[in-house]
Amino acid sequence: MLVVEKNALSEEIESYVEKYGNDRSALLMILHEIQKKHRHISEFAQQEVARLLNIHPVEVYSVISFFAFLNSNPKGRNLVRICQTISCDMKGKKQVVQAIERELGIKIGETTKDNKFTVEYANCLGLCDMGPAMAINDQVYVNLTPEKAVELLSKVK
Amino acid sequence: MQNHLEVKLGKKTDRKGPVIFSEYKRGEAIKKALSMSREDILFELKDSKLKGRGGAGFPTSTKWMLTAAAKAEKKFIICNADEGEPGTFKDRVLLMEYPELVFDGMVVGGYTIGAQLGIVYLRGEYEYLLKPLEDYLEEMRKDNLLGKNILGKEGFDFDIEIVLGSGAYVCGEETALIESLEGHRGEPRNRPPYPINTGFLGRPTSVNNIETLAAVSHIVVKGGKWFAKFGTDKSSGSKLFSVSGDCEKPGVYELPWGTKISELLEIVGAKNAKAVQIGGASGHCIPKSQFDRTLAYEDVPTGGSVMIFNENRDMLHVLKNFMEFFVDESCGQCTPCRIGNVKLLEGVEMIEKGQYTFAHINKLKELGRTMQLASKCGLGQSSPNPFISILENFKDEIFNRGNGGRNGR
Repeated sequence: MLVVEKNALSEEIESYVEKYGNDRSALLMILHEIQKKHRHISEFAQQEVARLLNIHPVEVYSVISFFAFLNSNPKGRNLVRICQTISCDMKGKKQVVQAIERELGIKIGETTKDNKFTVEYANCLGLCDMGPAMAINDQVYVNLTPEKAVELLSKVK
Repeated sequence: MQNHLEVKLGKKTDRKGPVIFSEYKRGEAIKKALSMSREDILFELKDSKLKGRGGAGFPTSTKWMLTAAAKAEKKFIICNADEGEPGTFKDRVLLMEYPELVFDGMVVGGYTIGAQLGIVYLRGEYEYLLKPLEDYLEEMRKDNLLGKNILGKEGFDFDIEIVLGSGAYVCGEETALIESLEGHRGEPRNRPPYPINTGFLGRPTSVNNIETLAAVSHIVVKGGKWFAKFGTDKSSGSKLFSVSGDCEKPGVYELPWGTKISELLEIVGAKNAKAVQIGGASGHCIPKSQFDRTLAYEDVPTGGSVMIFNENRDMLHVLKNFMEFFVDESCGQCTPCRIGNVKLLEGVEMIEKGQYTFAHINKLKELGRTMQLASKCGLGQSSPNPFISILENFKDEIFNRGNGGRNGR
């Protein structure tokens, strides 16, 4: 990581701390902002957050490792989460997943070679009345068919 | 068919229901509450016999009375919007279509217990609701429904902020929720002490389900006695049911407590149902022979998740899906839940492959009962429910697999 990049990241994290406060209770929202912008929370970012909230970096890491939506290793530019819970499962989750796997040439849990997509399972997305459902980044898509799911992915930049 | 879920706050006109989905104007409950004394609000709640809608069913008036009675400079009211139970989505509908009920209920709660801040813990999966809800809160501030001296009530300052969860089912448990709000891993605490006196940042805190808060708004305006007219003696009012699975009209339905399962199935157009999972993955599987049971705290209690399975569904597959869910979502803090769920899932896989002994399966059922007793929080205490109830209610189907029957694979 270049020094300028590090400085920019530090400044960014400082702005989050200003927004949410420097109490530990601000941690989740700060991590969320970093995750959203960078798609992961790097070791350096973790150390900066720890410094600014005056806690040990391992405390920050322990929170990241706990939550499914926070990660310390980079993922693809777009994160695709497919609901695997039973209501979506019964409406054809498997066929949707297989179509996506074929189209992108990866298995669930993997990232495409061009780093464009990471595809994962998610537990209940709360869209059980409109399954199968999936989320692409922070947008959600419902009533999927294999064809529709692949079409939606093809529209993603 | 629409694929992209459009996120716009505001009512869908076709929802009908006696209580929650009845007429309500934004700010009505706040206005009424501020003209009442705190005691009177608590009495109304007591008359209403409202119980927590998250599933545990603790009387709301008692929770608020205890939080109100706790002596502290700062108190908090937390809205539990970490709706993670498989098959439930009523809170999403309430937030999207009826935010006024939820937030007004929170302000009333803040006034009643003496809190200065309300926190909405919104599950990470509902991130798309964050911006619209924040805009909505900003509107409320403009109209002085939040902020300082709300609606001219001298000395009543209250505000609401939203914190986003990050994909952890266990954070729906109130002490785990508080832990994660404080910036820790979302691992449940030992109870007691309860949040009502030692909650967020060690202060008295009331954690309420979204639907409970929405019910409070109606109760304040229309009275506790009005509310108690609906439902049964022990389960007053109505309930929102999130219905999914094999039926013609999945969605959110408001029905009075005491409705029979068979009645609900008819309303949603479920033909050929052979089983209904009530209360989500951690709930109970009710077979066809028991469809005349009633949805109520005294018979089949539920947080509102109703998943319907028709004659063609493989119940072992359903059970496997649930157990995979619990293995994923166990926080790993206590041994019965961390190891127990893995063992139960292994048992399901053994049955799937036909490599099991009944001696082993019976041991696993016993393990399930140990987990119910020895786990630290509701997750491990309830995760064996589907294992025990599905294997018991569908033993013929499950243990006759591979016999050339319909479910033989």
